[in-house]
Amino acid sequence: MSSDVPLTPAPRARRRRPAALRIGGGIHPGLYLAISVTVFAGIIAAWCIATYGGMVDAIFLPSPGDVLGRLGELASDGTLWDDAKASIVRIVVGFAVATAMAVPLGVLMGSFGAGDAAFTPAIEFLRYIPPAAIVPLAILWVGFDETYKYFVIWFGTFFFETLLIMDVVRRVQMELVDIGRTLGHSELAIVRRIVLPAAAPGIWDAARAMLGWAWSWLILAELVGAAEGFGYRIARARQFFQSDTIFGYLLVLGLIGLTIDQVLRFTGRRLFRWAEERR
Amino acid sequence: MSKVDIRGLGKTFGRGEREVVALRDAGLQIAENEFVALVGTSGCGKSTLLSILAGLQEASEGSVLLDGHPVTGPGRDRGVVFQTYTLFPWLTARQNVEFALHGEGASKAERRERAAELLAQMRLGEFADAYPRELSGGMKQRVAIARALVYRPQVLLMDEPFGALDALTRRMMQQLLAEVWEAHRLTVLFVTHDVEEAVYVADRVLVMTNRPGRIKEEIPVPLPRPRTPEMLTDPAFVEIRGRVLESIIAEARAAER
Repeated sequence: MSSDVPLTPAPRARRRRPAALRIGGGIHPGLYLAISVTVFAGIIAAWCIATYGGMVDAIFLPSPGDVLGRLGELASDGTLWDDAKASIVRIVVGFAVATAMAVPLGVLMGSFGAGDAAFTPAIEFLRYIPPAAIVPLAILWVGFDETYKYFVIWFGTFFFETLLIMDVVRRVQMELVDIGRTLGHSELAIVRRIVLPAAAPGIWDAARAMLGWAWSWLILAELVGAAEGFGYRIARARQFFQSDTIFGYLLVLGLIGLTIDQVLRFTGRRLFRWAEERR
Repeated sequence: MSKVDIRGLGKTFGRGEREVVALRDAGLQIAENEFVALVGTSGCGKSTLLSILAGLQEASEGSVLLDGHPVTGPGRDRGVVFQTYTLFPWLTARQNVEFALHGEGASKAERRERAAELLAQMRLGEFADAYPRELSGGMKQRVAIARALVYRPQVLLMDEPFGALDALTRRMMQQLLAEVWEAHRLTVLFVTHDVEEAVYVADRVLVMTNRPGRIKEEIPVPLPRPRTPEMLTDPAFVEIRGRVLESIIAEARAAER
């Protein structure tokens, strides 16, 4: 029984794309978690299949069980903790010294043309020297003691961090500075009371990004001339073909990096709640 | 003696082929406790003039006197409100106002009291502890005005303070500003391109020429105070507004030719 009236087919309602597939559409936190966990699970599954399925030689890719077992051994005999302690002290010292120097210098360079002219050209030059290339010189200068590791981390961090901070400071709204002037503040007081707090969230982010890089320089510094530390253990494990140790340490490095970054991100959000965009 | 006395003011930006003469032979006098509005087409140099009077820019030529003394830089005898939002985002509304009292030697209690007083006058009492990101545009500008008034400057300089606000908020801000001025009685230079706004708030409207800017015409606004929104349709108001508008439109036409 069909009707005599010809029916124009209703235009197919175009379904709205899911928010997660629209530019700037954001994503529901639950879906975010589900997708990220799935990807991680996929990587681990692929790893299991490749190793337990006998598709690759254990020398190249040890199985998850072997890696975790090896990590357990290293943790129980104390090696892992000693390495972690040595590496963390190095990165904290090298990074802290670099940041303590980069903040005032970057603020100075971002605020004053004279500071810019005095330091930017030299720093732009130095930052293109790869830290790996400075290693032989650093060894020549300070030998193999701890100072050498601090120096390599510092060298890899300081110059770039200074330039990042300078850029952040330059983006501080000039009218805020003008307000400081109309309130009768000196230029230095304005730097301290207006420019620095205004730039603080950006400086925090710059330092957070640089800390990620500092891990690379730490490992580089430990590949030679160290008796403990993550980099030292990885280099040594290679000599003995202990790929399970290498993979275990890579996992630990990734986990530590992820954890620190999340903690800093969270702390930054708490510290600079005023800077958050209103949704 | 005029509170503000500007004569032969010139300002040139850049050099050679890129040279731009923003102001040439601009002059104006503002009496003590007078409210003067400065209007002109965009780019006529009105903001530059205000900025020079604030001490934030240097004049290329001419003299700028405040109480008979040449202006050599910014100072606490002048308060400034900009068009852009200039609250310190890391401070609450109250802290923003209190910030202006630092270095005055006022006690913490006194700073707090004076800030509270100004915020109340700006009808922001209940938003004292809000951060700028939690405030609307109109509220932010009210805090900015409170911050510029709290240290009791003798001259208030306002550079299109309501330029970024929607029409309704503007109207309310103009009303509030007229009230506050009637209560404080201080010398005001108010830069705007909104003719109605200028006539509504000011005792006198100065019209600027196109660049290089100078004062083209002076139009007194002998309307009674307090100013009320009903006045906007008052024939006297409409007539004055018409004169100012005509003067500006003539400049805008000249600029197009």
